[in-house]
Amino acid sequence: MADEASLLKTPLYDLHVELGARMVPFAGYAMPVQYEGVMAEHNHTRAAAGLFDVSHMGQARVSGDEAAFEALITADLGALGAGEQKYTLLINDEGGIMDDLMISRPDDGDLFMVVNAACKDSDFAHMRARFGSRAQLHELGDRALLALQGPQAGAVMADLCPDAAKLVFMQAGAFSLAGFDVLISRSGYTGEDGFEISVRASVADALARRLLSDERVKPIGLGARDSLRLEAGLCLYGHDMDETITPVEASLAWALAKARRERADFPGAARILAQLAAVPQKKRVGILPQDRAPAREGAEIVVDGQTVGVVTSGGFGPTVNAPVAMGYVRADLASPGQRVELMVRGKARPAEIARLPFAPHRFHRG
Amino acid sequence: MTTRYTKDHEWIRIDGDVAVVGITAYAAEQLGDVVFVELPQIGKTLSQGDEMAVVESVKAASEVYAPASGEIVAVNDALEGTPAMVNEAPDGEGWFVKMKLSDPAQLEAMMDEAAYKVHTS
Repeated sequence: MADEASLLKTPLYDLHVELGARMVPFAGYAMPVQYEGVMAEHNHTRAAAGLFDVSHMGQARVSGDEAAFEALITADLGALGAGEQKYTLLINDEGGIMDDLMISRPDDGDLFMVVNAACKDSDFAHMRARFGSRAQLHELGDRALLALQGPQAGAVMADLCPDAAKLVFMQAGAFSLAGFDVLISRSGYTGEDGFEISVRASVADALARRLLSDERVKPIGLGARDSLRLEAGLCLYGHDMDETITPVEASLAWALAKARRERADFPGAARILAQLAAVPQKKRVGILPQDRAPAREGAEIVVDGQTVGVVTSGGFGPTVNAPVAMGYVRADLASPGQRVELMVRGKARPAEIARLPFAPHRFHRG
Repeated sequence: MTTRYTKDHEWIRIDGDVAVVGITAYAAEQLGDVVFVELPQIGKTLSQGDEMAVVESVKAASEVYAPASGEIVAVNDALEGTPAMVNEAPDGEGWFVKMKLSDPAQLEAMMDEAAYKVHTS
Protein backbone atom coordinates (compact mmCIF):
# COMPACT_ATOMS: atom_id res chain seq x y z
CA MET A 1 0.00 0.00 0.00
CA ALA A 2 1.18 3.48 -0.80
CA ASP A 3 2.34 5.49 2.17
CA GLU A 4 0.28 8.53 3.01
CA ALA A 5 2.66 11.13 1.60
CA SER A 6 2.65 9.58 -1.87
CA LEU A 7 -1.14 9.52 -2.17
CA LEU A 8 -2.75 11.80 -4.71
CA LYS A 9 -5.34 14.30 -3.54
CA THR A 10 -8.53 15.25 -5.33
CA PRO A 11 -9.45 18.96 -5.59
CA LEU A 12 -11.85 18.38 -2.68
CA TYR A 13 -9.24 17.01 -0.26
CA ASP A 14 -9.24 20.06 2.00
CA LEU A 15 -13.03 20.09 2.09
CA HIS A 16 -13.13 16.42 3.14
CA VAL A 17 -10.71 17.06 5.98
CA GLU A 18 -12.65 20.16 7.03
CA LEU A 19 -15.87 18.10 7.09
CA GLY A 20 -14.24 15.59 9.43
CA ALA A 21 -13.90 12.74 6.94
CA ARG A 22 -11.84 9.68 7.75
CA MET A 23 -9.40 9.53 4.83
CA VAL A 24 -8.15 6.21 3.43
CA PRO A 25 -5.97 5.20 0.48
CA PHE A 26 -8.02 4.11 -2.55
CA ALA A 27 -6.63 3.58 -6.05
CA GLY A 28 -3.64 5.75 -5.19
CA TYR A 29 -5.75 8.63 -3.81
CA ALA A 30 -6.51 9.80 -0.30
CA MET A 31 -10.30 9.44 -0.29
CA PRO A 32 -13.02 9.97 2.34
CA VAL A 33 -14.36 6.59 3.49
CA GLN A 34 -16.92 8.17 5.81
CA TYR A 35 -17.97 11.41 7.48
CA GLU A 36 -20.65 10.80 10.13
CA GLY A 37 -20.85 7.03 9.53
CA VAL A 38 -21.52 4.57 6.73
CA MET A 39 -25.01 3.59 7.87
CA ALA A 40 -26.24 7.18 8.30
CA GLU A 41 -24.71 8.24 4.97
CA HIS A 42 -26.20 5.26 3.14
CA ASN A 43 -29.65 5.97 4.58
CA HIS A 44 -29.41 9.69 3.84
CA THR A 45 -28.63 8.97 0.18
CA ARG A 46 -31.67 6.68 -0.12
CA ALA A 47 -33.90 9.23 1.67
CA ALA A 48 -32.66 12.63 0.43
CA ALA A 49 -29.48 13.43 -1.51
CA GLY A 50 -25.80 12.63 -1.09
CA LEU A 51 -22.75 14.31 -2.60
CA PHE A 52 -19.87 12.02 -3.56
CA ASP A 53 -16.37 13.03 -4.63
CA VAL A 54 -15.49 10.71 -7.52
CA SER A 55 -12.71 12.90 -8.88
CA HIS A 56 -10.30 9.96 -8.68
CA MET A 57 -12.06 8.46 -11.69
CA GLY A 58 -10.55 9.00 -15.13
CA GLN A 59 -12.13 11.53 -17.48
CA ALA A 60 -11.16 11.85 -21.14
CA ARG A 61 -12.31 13.04 -24.53
CA VAL A 62 -11.88 11.08 -27.73
CA SER A 63 -11.70 12.76 -31.13
CA GLY A 64 -10.95 11.50 -34.60
CA ASP A 65 -12.19 8.27 -36.14
CA GLU A 66 -14.77 6.88 -33.72
CA ALA A 67 -14.49 3.45 -35.34
CA ALA A 68 -11.08 3.15 -33.69
CA PHE A 69 -12.73 3.60 -30.29
CA GLU A 70 -15.76 1.46 -31.06
CA ALA A 71 -13.49 -1.46 -31.95
CA LEU A 72 -12.38 -1.67 -28.30
CA ILE A 73 -15.80 -1.48 -26.59
CA THR A 74 -19.26 -3.04 -26.82
CA ALA A 75 -21.35 0.07 -27.53
CA ASP A 76 -22.86 1.15 -30.86
CA LEU A 77 -21.39 4.64 -31.19
CA GLY A 78 -23.36 5.26 -34.37
CA ALA A 79 -26.51 5.01 -32.26
CA LEU A 80 -25.16 7.32 -29.54
CA GLY A 81 -26.91 10.61 -30.29
CA ALA A 82 -26.10 14.10 -29.06
CA GLY A 83 -26.98 14.40 -25.38
CA GLU A 84 -26.98 10.65 -24.82
CA GLN A 85 -24.91 8.46 -22.52
CA LYS A 86 -24.23 4.72 -22.53
CA TYR A 87 -22.71 2.25 -20.09
CA THR A 88 -20.19 0.13 -21.96
CA LEU A 89 -17.31 -2.30 -21.50
CA LEU A 90 -13.68 -2.15 -22.58
CA ILE A 91 -12.87 -5.68 -23.73
CA ASN A 92 -9.54 -7.43 -24.31
CA ASP A 93 -8.83 -9.74 -27.23
CA GLU A 94 -9.85 -12.78 -25.16
CA GLY A 95 -13.26 -11.27 -24.38
CA GLY A 96 -12.35 -10.36 -20.79
CA ILE A 97 -13.50 -7.10 -19.20
CA MET A 98 -10.67 -4.55 -18.91
CA ASP A 99 -13.00 -1.93 -17.42
CA ASP A 100 -16.54 -0.63 -17.40
CA LEU A 101 -17.11 2.96 -18.42
CA MET A 102 -19.64 5.66 -19.19
CA ILE A 103 -19.48 7.27 -22.61
CA SER A 104 -21.49 10.26 -23.80
CA ARG A 105 -21.89 13.11 -26.26
CA PRO A 106 -22.62 15.93 -23.83
CA ASP A 107 -22.01 18.85 -26.19
CA ASP A 108 -20.93 19.73 -29.73
CA GLY A 109 -17.47 18.40 -28.99
CA ASP A 110 -15.93 14.98 -28.84
CA LEU A 111 -17.01 11.84 -27.04
CA PHE A 112 -16.62 12.10 -23.27
CA MET A 113 -15.84 9.11 -21.07
CA VAL A 114 -15.48 8.30 -17.39
CA VAL A 115 -13.46 5.21 -16.40
CA ASN A 116 -12.52 3.58 -13.11
CA ALA A 117 -9.75 5.16 -11.06
CA ALA A 118 -7.74 1.98 -10.64
CA CYS A 119 -7.90 1.25 -14.38
CA LYS A 120 -7.46 4.69 -15.89
CA ASP A 121 -3.73 4.55 -16.63
CA SER A 122 -3.93 1.10 -18.24
CA ASP A 123 -7.19 1.94 -20.05
CA PHE A 124 -5.79 5.11 -21.58
CA ALA A 125 -2.50 3.42 -22.53
CA HIS A 126 -4.42 0.59 -24.21
CA MET A 127 -6.68 3.02 -26.07
CA ARG A 128 -3.79 5.19 -27.28
CA ALA A 129 -1.87 2.13 -28.45
CA ARG A 130 -4.87 0.77 -30.38
CA PHE A 131 -5.96 4.17 -31.74
CA GLY A 132 -2.60 4.78 -33.36
CA SER A 133 -3.05 7.93 -35.42
CA ARG A 134 -6.72 7.28 -36.21
CA ALA A 135 -8.14 8.79 -33.03
CA GLN A 136 -6.84 11.00 -30.21
CA LEU A 137 -7.38 10.61 -26.50
CA HIS A 138 -7.28 13.78 -24.36
CA GLU A 139 -7.09 12.99 -20.69
CA LEU A 140 -8.93 15.58 -18.60
CA GLY A 141 -6.68 15.53 -15.55
CA ASP A 142 -7.73 19.07 -14.67
CA ARG A 143 -11.36 18.16 -14.00
CA ALA A 144 -13.11 16.99 -10.84
CA LEU A 145 -16.18 14.74 -10.81
CA LEU A 146 -19.00 15.03 -8.29
CA ALA A 147 -21.99 12.71 -7.99
CA LEU A 148 -25.25 14.00 -6.55
CA GLN A 149 -27.43 10.99 -5.79
CA GLY A 150 -30.77 10.34 -4.13
CA PRO A 151 -34.51 10.87 -4.50
CA GLN A 152 -34.15 14.62 -3.84
CA ALA A 153 -31.23 15.11 -6.25
CA GLY A 154 -33.65 16.22 -8.97
CA ALA A 155 -35.24 18.88 -6.78
CA VAL A 156 -31.83 20.13 -5.65
CA MET A 157 -30.72 20.36 -9.27
CA ALA A 158 -33.95 22.10 -10.30
CA ASP A 159 -33.17 24.94 -7.87
CA LEU A 160 -29.65 25.44 -9.26
CA CYS A 161 -29.95 24.48 -12.92
CA PRO A 162 -33.52 23.89 -14.14
CA ASP A 163 -32.33 22.81 -17.59
CA ALA A 164 -30.17 19.99 -16.20
CA ALA A 165 -33.08 18.86 -14.03
CA LYS A 166 -34.96 18.12 -17.28
CA LEU A 167 -32.46 15.42 -18.27
CA VAL A 168 -33.70 11.86 -17.95
CA PHE A 169 -31.68 8.79 -17.03
CA MET A 170 -28.63 8.37 -19.30
CA GLN A 171 -28.85 11.79 -20.90
CA ALA A 172 -25.98 14.27 -20.69
CA GLY A 173 -25.24 17.86 -21.55
CA ALA A 174 -23.18 21.00 -20.96
CA PHE A 175 -24.74 23.46 -18.52
CA SER A 176 -24.13 26.44 -16.33
CA LEU A 177 -24.76 25.19 -12.80
CA ALA A 178 -24.96 28.02 -10.27
CA GLY A 179 -22.58 29.93 -12.53
CA PHE A 180 -20.12 27.07 -13.04
CA ASP A 181 -19.54 25.60 -16.51
CA VAL A 182 -20.08 21.87 -16.14
CA LEU A 183 -20.89 18.66 -17.97
CA ILE A 184 -23.81 16.86 -16.34
CA SER A 185 -25.20 13.39 -16.92
CA ARG A 186 -28.27 11.93 -15.26
CA SER A 187 -26.66 8.78 -13.92
CA GLY A 188 -24.70 7.41 -11.02
CA TYR A 189 -23.79 4.24 -9.20
CA THR A 190 -26.15 4.03 -6.24
CA GLY A 191 -29.37 2.77 -7.88
CA GLU A 192 -30.97 6.14 -7.09
CA ASP A 193 -31.86 9.01 -9.36
CA GLY A 194 -29.02 11.48 -9.61
CA PHE A 195 -26.38 13.33 -11.55
CA GLU A 196 -22.67 13.18 -12.25
CA ILE A 197 -21.10 16.60 -12.62
CA SER A 198 -17.74 17.17 -14.31
CA VAL A 199 -16.21 20.52 -13.39
CA ARG A 200 -12.85 22.27 -13.67
CA ALA A 201 -10.66 21.32 -10.71
CA SER A 202 -10.01 24.97 -9.83
CA VAL A 203 -13.70 25.59 -9.00
CA ALA A 204 -14.68 22.11 -7.77
CA ASP A 205 -14.37 23.09 -4.10
CA ALA A 206 -16.65 26.11 -4.60
CA LEU A 207 -19.23 24.03 -6.46
CA ALA A 208 -19.18 21.28 -3.82
CA ARG A 209 -19.71 23.88 -1.06
CA ARG A 210 -22.60 25.38 -3.04
CA LEU A 211 -24.25 21.94 -3.35
CA LEU A 212 -23.65 21.15 0.33
CA SER A 213 -25.22 24.46 1.35
CA ASP A 214 -28.56 22.89 0.42
CA GLU A 215 -29.77 21.23 3.62
CA ARG A 216 -31.06 18.21 1.66
CA VAL A 217 -27.47 17.39 0.59
CA LYS A 218 -24.88 15.68 2.80
CA PRO A 219 -21.36 14.49 1.94
CA ILE A 220 -21.12 10.72 1.47
CA GLY A 221 -17.96 8.62 1.64
CA LEU A 222 -16.68 5.56 -0.20
CA GLY A 223 -18.05 3.23 2.49
CA ALA A 224 -21.65 4.10 1.71
CA ARG A 225 -20.88 4.30 -2.01
CA ASP A 226 -19.92 0.61 -1.78
CA SER A 227 -22.98 -0.50 0.21
CA LEU A 228 -25.28 1.52 -2.07
CA ARG A 229 -23.87 0.05 -5.29
CA LEU A 230 -23.90 -3.46 -3.83
CA GLU A 231 -27.59 -3.17 -2.92
CA ALA A 232 -28.18 -1.81 -6.44
CA GLY A 233 -26.52 -4.96 -7.87
CA LEU A 234 -23.81 -2.94 -9.63
CA CYS A 235 -20.35 -4.39 -10.24
CA LEU A 236 -17.17 -3.06 -8.69
CA TYR A 237 -14.29 -3.50 -11.11
CA GLY A 238 -11.48 -5.66 -9.76
CA HIS A 239 -13.93 -7.45 -7.48
CA ASP A 240 -17.08 -8.46 -9.38
CA MET A 241 -15.33 -8.47 -12.73
CA ASP A 242 -11.82 -8.44 -14.13
CA GLU A 243 -9.83 -9.30 -17.24
CA THR A 244 -10.62 -13.01 -16.93
CA ILE A 245 -14.41 -12.52 -16.86
CA THR A 246 -16.56 -12.07 -19.95
CA PRO A 247 -19.63 -9.80 -20.15
CA VAL A 248 -21.89 -12.88 -20.35
CA GLU A 249 -20.40 -14.38 -17.19
CA ALA A 250 -20.71 -11.01 -15.45
CA SER A 251 -24.44 -10.90 -16.34
CA LEU A 252 -23.70 -7.77 -18.36
CA ALA A 253 -24.81 -9.09 -21.76
CA TRP A 254 -27.23 -6.15 -21.91
CA ALA A 255 -24.18 -3.92 -22.41
CA LEU A 256 -23.45 -5.70 -25.73
CA ALA A 257 -25.19 -3.44 -28.27
CA LYS A 258 -27.53 -5.26 -30.64
CA ALA A 259 -25.77 -3.91 -33.75
CA ARG A 260 -22.42 -5.00 -32.38
CA ARG A 261 -23.69 -8.52 -31.71
CA GLU A 262 -25.00 -8.71 -35.26
CA ARG A 263 -21.71 -7.48 -36.66
CA ALA A 264 -19.75 -9.66 -34.20
CA ASP A 265 -17.01 -7.04 -34.36
CA PHE A 266 -16.02 -6.43 -30.74
CA PRO A 267 -12.90 -8.01 -29.17
CA GLY A 268 -13.41 -11.61 -28.12
CA ALA A 269 -16.70 -11.72 -30.07
CA ALA A 270 -16.39 -15.39 -31.00
CA ARG A 271 -16.04 -16.51 -27.38
CA ILE A 272 -18.63 -14.09 -26.03
CA LEU A 273 -21.26 -14.85 -28.68
CA ALA A 274 -20.74 -18.60 -28.17
CA GLN A 275 -21.43 -18.11 -24.44
CA LEU A 276 -24.56 -16.13 -25.31
CA ALA A 277 -25.85 -18.86 -27.59
CA ALA A 278 -25.21 -21.63 -25.08
CA VAL A 279 -24.62 -21.23 -21.35
CA PRO A 280 -21.43 -19.90 -19.76
CA GLN A 281 -19.76 -22.04 -17.12
CA LYS A 282 -20.35 -19.52 -14.38
CA LYS A 283 -22.58 -16.51 -13.82
CA ARG A 284 -22.70 -13.50 -11.54
CA VAL A 285 -25.65 -13.67 -9.16
CA GLY A 286 -27.09 -11.97 -6.10
CA ILE A 287 -26.85 -13.90 -2.84
CA LEU A 288 -28.92 -13.38 0.30
CA PRO A 289 -27.45 -14.90 3.47
CA GLN A 290 -30.29 -16.38 5.52
CA ASP A 291 -28.82 -15.39 8.88
CA ARG A 292 -27.23 -12.17 10.13
CA ALA A 293 -23.59 -12.94 9.35
CA PRO A 294 -22.22 -10.94 6.37
CA ALA A 295 -20.22 -13.01 3.86
CA ARG A 296 -17.31 -11.01 2.48
CA GLU A 297 -15.35 -11.15 -0.76
CA GLY A 298 -13.59 -14.50 -1.05
CA ALA A 299 -16.16 -16.58 0.86
CA GLU A 300 -16.70 -19.91 -0.90
CA ILE A 301 -20.16 -20.86 -2.14
CA VAL A 302 -20.95 -24.51 -1.44
CA VAL A 303 -23.71 -26.93 -2.50
CA ASP A 304 -23.79 -30.48 -1.12
CA GLY A 305 -20.29 -30.08 0.25
CA GLN A 306 -18.87 -29.05 -3.13
CA THR A 307 -17.43 -25.62 -3.87
CA VAL A 308 -19.53 -24.16 -6.70
CA GLY A 309 -18.49 -20.52 -6.61
CA VAL A 310 -17.14 -17.57 -4.68
CA VAL A 311 -18.45 -14.31 -3.21
CA THR A 312 -16.94 -11.28 -4.98
CA SER A 313 -18.67 -8.48 -3.00
CA GLY A 314 -20.40 -8.87 0.30
CA GLY A 315 -21.41 -6.91 3.31
CA PHE A 316 -24.38 -5.48 5.10
CA GLY A 317 -27.16 -3.73 3.20
CA PRO A 318 -28.61 -0.96 5.38
CA THR A 319 -31.71 -0.52 3.16
CA VAL A 320 -32.32 -4.27 2.97
CA ASN A 321 -31.45 -4.36 6.70
CA ALA A 322 -29.67 -7.67 6.19
CA PRO A 323 -26.43 -9.01 4.78
CA VAL A 324 -26.21 -8.99 0.97
CA ALA A 325 -23.63 -10.38 -1.46
CA MET A 326 -22.77 -10.94 -5.09
CA GLY A 327 -20.64 -13.68 -6.52
CA TYR A 328 -20.09 -16.23 -9.23
CA VAL A 329 -21.67 -19.70 -9.23
CA ARG A 330 -21.85 -22.57 -11.67
CA ALA A 331 -24.43 -21.50 -14.26
CA ASP A 332 -26.75 -24.46 -13.53
CA LEU A 333 -27.04 -23.22 -9.93
CA ALA A 334 -27.68 -19.56 -10.79
CA SER A 335 -31.49 -19.50 -10.54
CA PRO A 336 -33.09 -17.30 -7.86
CA GLY A 337 -34.23 -19.39 -4.90
CA GLN A 338 -31.37 -21.90 -5.28
CA ARG A 339 -30.18 -22.80 -1.80
CA VAL A 340 -26.45 -22.61 -1.16
CA GLU A 341 -24.10 -22.37 1.78
CA LEU A 342 -21.48 -19.69 2.33
CA MET A 343 -18.27 -20.55 4.15
CA VAL A 344 -17.72 -17.78 6.69
CA ARG A 345 -14.68 -18.37 8.92
CA GLY A 346 -14.85 -22.11 8.36
CA LYS A 347 -18.55 -22.36 9.15
CA ALA A 348 -21.21 -23.14 6.53
CA ARG A 349 -24.04 -20.62 6.70
CA PRO A 350 -27.31 -20.91 4.76
CA ALA A 351 -27.96 -18.53 1.85
CA GLU A 352 -30.08 -18.24 -1.27
CA ILE A 353 -29.40 -17.08 -4.83
CA ALA A 354 -31.43 -13.90 -5.24
CA ARG A 355 -32.57 -11.55 -7.96
CA LEU A 356 -30.60 -8.32 -8.40
CA PRO A 357 -30.93 -5.54 -7.45
CA PHE A 358 -31.55 -5.97 -3.72
CA ALA A 359 -32.86 -2.39 -3.48
CA PRO A 360 -35.07 -1.39 -6.43
CA HIS A 361 -33.55 1.04 -8.95
CA ARG A 362 -35.23 4.43 -8.86
CA PHE A 363 -33.77 6.07 -11.96
CA HIS A 364 -35.58 9.07 -13.45
CA ARG A 365 -36.71 7.74 -16.81
CA GLY A 366 -39.01 10.70 -17.48
CA MET B 1 -13.63 -3.50 40.14
CA THR B 2 -10.46 -3.26 38.11
CA THR B 3 -10.62 -2.58 34.38
CA ARG B 4 -7.60 -3.23 32.20
CA TYR B 5 -7.03 -2.56 28.50
CA THR B 6 -5.09 -4.24 25.69
CA LYS B 7 -3.28 -2.51 22.85
CA ASP B 8 -5.81 -4.22 20.52
CA HIS B 9 -8.59 -2.25 22.22
CA GLU B 10 -10.27 -4.91 24.33
CA TRP B 11 -11.23 -4.16 27.93
CA ILE B 12 -11.39 -6.72 30.73
CA ARG B 13 -13.01 -6.12 34.10
CA ILE B 14 -12.78 -8.44 37.10
CA ASP B 15 -16.21 -8.95 38.63
CA GLY B 16 -16.07 -11.46 41.48
CA ASP B 17 -14.51 -14.67 40.22
CA VAL B 18 -15.16 -13.96 36.55
CA ALA B 19 -13.89 -11.32 34.14
CA VAL B 20 -16.16 -9.46 31.72
CA VAL B 21 -14.66 -8.65 28.30
CA GLY B 22 -15.66 -6.18 25.61
CA ILE B 23 -14.20 -3.74 23.10
CA THR B 24 -13.45 -0.15 23.97
CA ALA B 25 -15.43 2.91 22.92
CA TYR B 26 -12.42 3.90 20.82
CA ALA B 27 -12.55 0.57 18.94
CA ALA B 28 -16.32 0.80 18.48
CA GLU B 29 -15.97 4.30 17.08
CA GLN B 30 -13.24 3.16 14.68
CA LEU B 31 -15.31 0.19 13.48
CA GLY B 32 -18.44 2.21 12.86
CA ASP B 33 -21.91 0.66 12.82
CA VAL B 34 -21.67 -2.89 14.14
CA VAL B 35 -24.07 -5.21 12.30
CA PHE B 36 -23.03 -8.67 13.55
CA VAL B 37 -20.97 -10.19 16.33
CA GLU B 38 -19.77 -13.79 16.23
CA LEU B 39 -19.21 -15.00 19.79
CA PRO B 40 -17.37 -18.11 20.99
CA GLN B 41 -19.04 -21.22 22.42
CA ILE B 42 -19.52 -21.38 26.17
CA GLY B 43 -16.95 -23.77 27.61
CA LYS B 44 -14.26 -22.87 25.08
CA THR B 45 -10.80 -22.43 26.54
CA LEU B 46 -8.66 -19.66 25.14
CA SER B 47 -5.09 -18.55 25.64
CA GLN B 48 -4.21 -14.89 25.90
CA GLY B 49 -4.13 -13.42 22.35
CA ASP B 50 -6.27 -16.16 20.77
CA GLU B 51 -9.01 -15.08 18.41
CA MET B 52 -12.10 -14.85 20.62
CA ALA B 53 -14.83 -13.17 18.57
CA VAL B 54 -15.43 -11.39 15.28
CA VAL B 55 -17.18 -8.07 14.99
CA GLU B 56 -18.61 -7.03 11.64
CA SER B 57 -19.33 -3.46 10.63
CA VAL B 58 -20.97 -2.43 7.34
CA LYS B 59 -17.46 -2.14 5.91
CA ALA B 60 -15.43 -5.02 7.29
CA ALA B 61 -14.91 -7.89 9.71
CA SER B 62 -12.47 -7.45 12.60
CA GLU B 63 -11.09 -9.98 15.07
CA VAL B 64 -11.37 -9.58 18.81
CA TYR B 65 -8.66 -11.33 20.85
CA ALA B 66 -8.80 -12.91 24.28
CA PRO B 67 -7.18 -10.35 26.59
CA ALA B 68 -6.26 -13.11 29.05
CA SER B 69 -6.27 -16.91 29.25
CA GLY B 70 -9.31 -18.72 30.56
CA GLU B 71 -12.61 -20.42 29.88
CA ILE B 72 -15.68 -18.77 28.34
CA VAL B 73 -18.46 -19.06 30.92
CA ALA B 74 -21.05 -16.72 29.36
CA VAL B 75 -21.65 -14.80 26.12
CA ASN B 76 -23.82 -11.74 25.54
CA ASP B 77 -26.71 -13.27 23.56
CA ALA B 78 -28.38 -9.84 23.32
CA LEU B 79 -25.80 -8.84 20.69
CA GLU B 80 -27.39 -11.30 18.26
CA GLY B 81 -30.56 -9.21 18.02
CA THR B 82 -29.03 -5.80 18.75
CA PRO B 83 -25.41 -5.73 17.59
CA ALA B 84 -25.64 -1.90 17.62
CA MET B 85 -25.36 -2.18 21.42
CA VAL B 86 -21.61 -2.44 20.83
CA ASN B 87 -21.68 1.14 19.51
CA GLU B 88 -24.20 2.43 22.03
CA ALA B 89 -22.70 0.99 25.21
CA PRO B 90 -19.31 -0.58 24.48
CA ASP B 91 -18.25 -0.40 28.13
CA GLY B 92 -21.51 -1.78 29.50
CA GLU B 93 -24.43 -3.56 27.85
CA GLY B 94 -22.32 -4.14 24.75
CA TRP B 95 -20.02 -6.60 26.56
CA PHE B 96 -18.95 -9.72 24.63
CA VAL B 97 -18.09 -12.60 27.00
CA LYS B 98 -17.45 -13.58 30.59
CA MET B 99 -14.34 -15.63 31.32
CA LYS B 100 -13.03 -17.65 34.21
CA LEU B 101 -9.38 -16.65 34.18
CA SER B 102 -6.68 -19.29 34.51
CA ASP B 103 -3.97 -16.71 35.26
CA PRO B 104 -5.41 -13.49 36.72
CA ALA B 105 -1.84 -12.17 37.12
CA GLN B 106 -1.85 -11.55 33.34
CA LEU B 107 -3.88 -8.42 34.04
CA GLU B 108 -1.05 -6.83 35.95
CA ALA B 109 0.92 -6.24 32.76
CA MET B 110 -2.01 -4.56 30.99
CA MET B 111 -2.81 -0.88 30.70
CA ASP B 112 -5.00 0.91 33.18
CA GLU B 113 -7.43 3.57 31.99
CA ALA B 114 -4.89 6.38 32.12
CA ALA B 115 -2.32 4.38 30.14
CA TYR B 116 -4.95 3.33 27.58
CA LYS B 117 -5.95 6.97 27.10
CA VAL B 118 -2.34 7.77 26.26
CA HIS B 119 -2.23 4.73 23.92
CA THR B 120 -5.19 6.01 21.89
CA SER B 121 -4.35 9.71 21.89
